[in-house]
Amino acid sequence: MNRKMVLFLTGKILQIEALLLLFPAIVSLIYNESSMWAFLVSALFAVALGFALTLIFRPKTDVIYAKEGLVIVALAWIAMSLVGALPFYISREIPSYIDAVFEIVSGFTTTGSSILKNVEALSHGCLLWRSFSQWIGGMGVLVFVTAVIPNLSDRSIHIIRAEMPGPIVGKLVPKVKNTSRVLYLIYIALTVLEIILLLCDGLNLFESSVLSFSTMATGGFSIKADGMASYSVYVQWVITIFMFLAGINFNLYYLCIIKRFSSALKSEELWTYIVMVLVSAGIITANTLPLYDSLSDTIRHSAFQVSSIITTTGYGSTDFNLWPSLSKAVLLILMFTGACAGSTAGGFKLSRVVIIFKTIKKECQRLIHPRSIRSVKFEGKAVDDITRHGVTAYLGIYMLCILGIFLLISIDNFSFETNFSAAVSCFNNIGPGFDAAGPLSSFADYSAFSKIILSFAMLMGRLEIYPILLMFSIGTWRKNR
Amino acid sequence: MKIIVVGCGKIGATIVDSLTAEGHNVIAIDNSPSVIEEITNLYDVMGVCGNGADCETLSEAGIEDAELFISVTDSDEMNMLACFLAKKMGASYTIARIRNPEYNDKSLGFMRHHLGLDMAINPELLAAREFYRLLKLPSAAKVETFSGRTFEMVEIKLKSDSVLDGLSLIEMRKKYQVNVLVCIVQRGDKVFIPDGNFILKSNDRIGITGKPAEILKFFKALGIMQKQAKDVMILGASRTSYYLAKMLLNGSSDVKIIELNPEKCKQFSEYLPGAVIINGDGAQQELLLEEGIKNTDAFVSLTGMDEENILISYFASTMGVPKIITKVNRKEFVLLAQKLGAESIVTPQNIVADILVRYARGLENTIGSKIETLYQLMDGKAELLEFIVSADCDIIGIPFKDLNTKSGTLIAGIIRNRKAILPSGEDCLQENDKVIIISSTLGMTELSDIIR
Repeated sequence: MNRKMVLFLTGKILQIEALLLLFPAIVSLIYNESSMWAFLVSALFAVALGFALTLIFRPKTDVIYAKEGLVIVALAWIAMSLVGALPFYISREIPSYIDAVFEIVSGFTTTGSSILKNVEALSHGCLLWRSFSQWIGGMGVLVFVTAVIPNLSDRSIHIIRAEMPGPIVGKLVPKVKNTSRVLYLIYIALTVLEIILLLCDGLNLFESSVLSFSTMATGGFSIKADGMASYSVYVQWVITIFMFLAGINFNLYYLCIIKRFSSALKSEELWTYIVMVLVSAGIITANTLPLYDSLSDTIRHSAFQVSSIITTTGYGSTDFNLWPSLSKAVLLILMFTGACAGSTAGGFKLSRVVIIFKTIKKECQRLIHPRSIRSVKFEGKAVDDITRHGVTAYLGIYMLCILGIFLLISIDNFSFETNFSAAVSCFNNIGPGFDAAGPLSSFADYSAFSKIILSFAMLMGRLEIYPILLMFSIGTWRKNR
Repeated sequence: MKIIVVGCGKIGATIVDSLTAEGHNVIAIDNSPSVIEEITNLYDVMGVCGNGADCETLSEAGIEDAELFISVTDSDEMNMLACFLAKKMGASYTIARIRNPEYNDKSLGFMRHHLGLDMAINPELLAAREFYRLLKLPSAAKVETFSGRTFEMVEIKLKSDSVLDGLSLIEMRKKYQVNVLVCIVQRGDKVFIPDGNFILKSNDRIGITGKPAEILKFFKALGIMQKQAKDVMILGASRTSYYLAKMLLNGSSDVKIIELNPEKCKQFSEYLPGAVIINGDGAQQELLLEEGIKNTDAFVSLTGMDEENILISYFASTMGVPKIITKVNRKEFVLLAQKLGAESIVTPQNIVADILVRYARGLENTIGSKIETLYQLMDGKAELLEFIVSADCDIIGIPFKDLNTKSGTLIAGIIRNRKAILPSGEDCLQENDKVIIISSTLGMTELSDIIR
């Protein structure tokens, strides 16, 4: 275990976070808000801590292995969240530190659950920091770090792999650094496009940026108490489409850029995603038709909600708590599946779902022909046994985690529906659940203990469980392991 | 530069290692998923799993805009086919490993022309040449030649009671009156590019440049001169041994080859009628003694197993064989072998990697002074480059003493009109000179890089 390298990189990440904190500070300055000082103080703290770590732990060698990659990611995310919570706490806009941590973890992990009862009371700086944290967390902080720090390590692929969700993480171009840059450029381009489209409707720059940051990251922090309900039809459709786009594997955009459209369109996961969205939206439209005045409203609300939940964004254009059970059940299933791997969306990931279904099919066929040998194919290539076992093991641990979280937060004695949907929603980085955790309510009433548990749930969900688990196992930190 | 490497075995991995260290964008293709996973974990490269001669795999690797395509799979035919397809699909330059002796005769030129191959490399032949050079000059631990062979660079290891111990380079020159240049010194893990006041110590590993005759004179003066090896024992019948034996036989040396596999022995006896082929286990000390290891001039261990090569070389050194050369494939073992006293170690894939790195650097600088040769010195801690000085070079005509060169760089020699010049402060470069640079800063592509 190259402990020095782990702590050194954590220090580097805090330094980068200090730079990122200047962004909301500038916004606070423009709006002439006192929260600016909170951001500056936090940035100063992050810089000091970052430099202290990089100076104390200067690594002798930059050689890292897979386990270092996992631990770096876990430690960096926890450190970032603890420091990122400071501005809320120092500015007293969120008086409890635990609440502030919950809020920022919900930001970085692109969950979008909030403990705020009245979002509109926050200063512009804090609102921007919430959404901006989602934007950074969406593509990944360490992906960002590998894109900007020169000569990080020859093996920084381990870090990217640990941070990027999905069963198979490959490179787009030969170098890790350039891969990260390509990803961020696509991400920035889509974000800017959305900002422009929102500006067209007359939203101001602040509002359209904040909404775009949250949409492209599939985060779902809104700046209004009623979520997205009061925005115009045009804005809701733009956001529906961009949520959908953010849920597509970013590798496919790269394939389109280098003009390999046919390989992009051949993606099995993409088609699964499109079919899932269309079918779910269809079912919900039929099911909720009596609730709304016109067919177009119904289609808009169902498309928005399906897009929002499957990409784990968690915006609400309407209170889906009031929808009939069938529609809610469809949404709950979408909460589990999530969108494509390699996107900014959370959840279990459709590629894993597809592989699991194909494995089940193979096992069933083996019952009929016990000696038959079949390979599971995904995206035109045979899935090797290691990946397949990885996926099934992930399903197991994923379910166990959800049940564990559900059990722990049930101490607070909310309804079954509230607790279960809250656990699923936080773990899959969605945001709202049902009942008391619904889109128009907040997590404010949960106890401090539950908030800590849910914060961990969000981190585990975003980093796909293993990094956090590994960080807390003693064996990882022993010298000769 | 975008470079595609097909086949990630021992040679392929070394090539990938060197090319990524040079900062190129490397894409590795191999048909084994585990090999691809390993290589992408170790180096900053993109891996593509598939057959390198399959158009789909090639286009997945982005062949359209690849500048250099290198195919080094096990099979010559596969390499040729892959390179042919790559060229047709858009790769600018292609290099194939072709090592079957039957393809390496007159037909090679014809094939290269029609396949559009820009280079064919034969690691075994290159290694054999290196072995041969060492056998011709046994006092040296390593010999590198330059174009025209008017100039050489040799490495020697000073003995623990060397006469040079405690002498500065200026004193050494005065004392022995020889016209050679000590251009690099390795002491322990450190590498120095020495100036005149540098003081040599016992057990240093030093690199010397000069005319071959002068180097011989220097060896004589030091009392470490050994005659060219006339009686050579080779362990293992591999392609390298075949090429080496052929060269030695042409130079009228006696060659004895020991091989365990009777089939191979038969083949070799057909191809190499002048050599003595012994069928037996070279790891048996009794056999080696019976075949006269004590009286042989040189012993070359060329089996496929590094461990065997290292251990048997060690045995040969205890038997007092004057010159022992060990082939070591795995990089990790080189240091170990050196600790066990092996002085001359040849690592075939490093030779290939050097050539490809030079080729890639040559492609990058198409306008300036061309790189003619490139060698890695002292386990890759320093580089030796030979440039052909172009007309537009901005240091032409400036005496060296007025040049503000970087520390850790040295102009080690000039070849002008096939004559070697050992440079002094008064000399300057002229157009079409070949100039030899030694540098501890790696990655030079231009002659002007030596200027601060």
